Amino acid sequence: MASDRSVTLGTPVTEAQVRALRVGDMVTLEGTLFGIRDATQIHMFDRGRRTRFDLAGHAVIHTAPNVRKVEPSTAFPAGYEPVCIGTTTSMRMERFTRPLMRDYGVRIIVGKGGLGAESLHAFGELGGVYLAIIGGTAALETTWIEAIEDVDLDDLNPESLWKLRIRGFGPLQVAMDSVGGSIYADVDAKARAKRAAVLAKLGV
Amino acid sequence: MDVDIARVEDTSRELYIRALKILPDDIKQGFERLDRVETDAGGKRVLATMIRNIAIAEDTGNLLCQDTGIPIYNVTLGRNLRVDGVDLEAAIIRGCERATREHPLRSSVVHPITRKNRHTSTGRRVPVINVAFSERPDELVIEMIPKGSGSENNSWLKMAVPAEGVAAIERFVVDCVLDAGGKTCPPTIVGVGVGGSADLCVHLAKIAATRALGSVCDDPEGAALERALSDAVNELGIGPQGLGGDATAFAVHIEIAATHITMNPVAVNMQCHSARRARAVLTPAGVTYGF
Repeated sequence: MASDRSVTLGTPVTEAQVRALRVGDMVTLEGTLFGIRDATQIHMFDRGRRTRFDLAGHAVIHTAPNVRKVEPSTAFPAGYEPVCIGTTTSMRMERFTRPLMRDYGVRIIVGKGGLGAESLHAFGELGGVYLAIIGGTAALETTWIEAIEDVDLDDLNPESLWKLRIRGFGPLQVAMDSVGGSIYADVDAKARAKRAAVLAKLGV
Repeated sequence: MDVDIARVEDTSRELYIRALKILPDDIKQGFERLDRVETDAGGKRVLATMIRNIAIAEDTGNLLCQDTGIPIYNVTLGRNLRVDGVDLEAAIIRGCERATREHPLRSSVVHPITRKNRHTSTGRRVPVINVAFSERPDELVIEMIPKGSGSENNSWLKMAVPAEGVAAIERFVVDCVLDAGGKTCPPTIVGVGVGGSADLCVHLAKIAATRALGSVCDDPEGAALERALSDAVNELGIGPQGLGGDATAFAVHIEIAATHITMNPVAVNMQCHSARRARAVLTPAGVTYGF
C-alpha cells in the first residue's frame, strides 16, 4: 500500500501533479496555503458568500489559528502575527470537499483524522488528494509558516479564510489519493475485522 | 485561610496559559512507553513527531496545540476556607478572559445558536466551573483543563439495562474507539463513566479522561475493567492519528458511581494525545503550580 516517495510541491499545483500522488507518498508544500474551517465553508457554500481569493490548484488546510492583531507591515501584511497555527479534525467538513474542488478548483486538502467516502469520490472524479498532518503538533506546524499574507471573510474570525505563506510545510503523508486509496478506510476495515476477536478475549 | 480573590484571578489566568504550553510529566512518560512498544513504522514516525512537538512548544514557549478548547476549572475547597462563592466564580471567569486577551489566545467559544464569538473564551455557563470539597485544611486547589474539540466531539452515552450486564459496557467502549478512529487525535485517554444518573455518568467519563496516567480507579472492579479494556483497545490497530499502529490509547480510565436498580449507564469521553491540564494549590504560603 505505502510507497516511500518524497516530493516537494509548490502551490498552485496541476491536476497531473496531484493525480501522480499515491497513498504513502510524503509531500512537502511550498508557497501558499489557505486556512479554512467550519464557519468559513458554511458561509461560502450555504450562505452564498464568495471569497476574493483565487483558490484554483491550491491547497487548503483545516485550521483556525491563534493570532495577535498588529499594525500591518512587511512582516505582517495582513495585520496579524501568527501565534500558534495548527490543524483541526477534517471529518466535520466532509460535505464541503466536493464544492471546494468543483467551484474553486482546490486540489489539495491538508487535515487530520481523515475524510470520508464522498470526499474520496471527489478526489477521484475531480483530481485531488488529502494530506495527513499530525494533529496536535501545532508548535511544530507554526514553525513552517512564514507569514499571514492576507485574510478574507474576517468577520468570521478566527474562522476567517487565511492566506498563509509557508516554507517547508511537511512532510505530510498522502492519506487519500485520486485512485481510491484511503489509509483511513483501510485501517477502519482492519480494525472492525478484529472487533469480534477483541471482544471474545474480554469474554463478551 | 481567607481566600485572596485577586490571587485566584491571576492564578486562573496563569493556569490556562500553562495548561496550553506544558504537557504533564505523566503524559510525556506515556509517550515514551508507547514509543518503546510501537511495532508499526508509520506509527513510530507519528509518535516521534508528537514527541518533537512537545519539545518545540517548551523551547519556543508556544502552545502545544492550536485548540484552546472549552475551558474547564475544577475547584477543590479544603476545610477552614473563608471565601465568597460569587466572587470566586467571577475571579475565575476574569482570569480566563484575561489569558485570552493578554496572551492572546484564540477564543474557541461561541453562542451555540448564533455562533457568535465574544473573543473572551467565555460565554453563558463557560468556563465550566466544577466545585468539590476536601478534608485538607487551608488549601484551595484549582485544576484547569482546556478540553479540545477533536476529542470532545467524540463523546457518547448509552443507557444500557441491567440485563445487558458488564458486557454492554465492554462492547460499548470498544465500539466507541472504533467509531472515533483518527478523529480524536489518538493515542487518547479513553474515559469511561459507569453508573450514576445520565448526567453524572457523562461527568464521570470526563473525570476519567482527564485523570493522570498511572492513576487507578479506586474501585477494584473498575480497576480490573480498566486493565482489560486498556489492552483490548490497543489490539484494534487504529494507531496514532488513526493511520495504523499499536498506540491507539495511552489507557482506558474508568470512574464509577452507584446507580439505580433498573439502570446500567455507560459514557465515553476521550482525551486527545495533547492531554493538557494544569493545577495550582493556593495556601497561606502562596501558590504552587503543577499538574
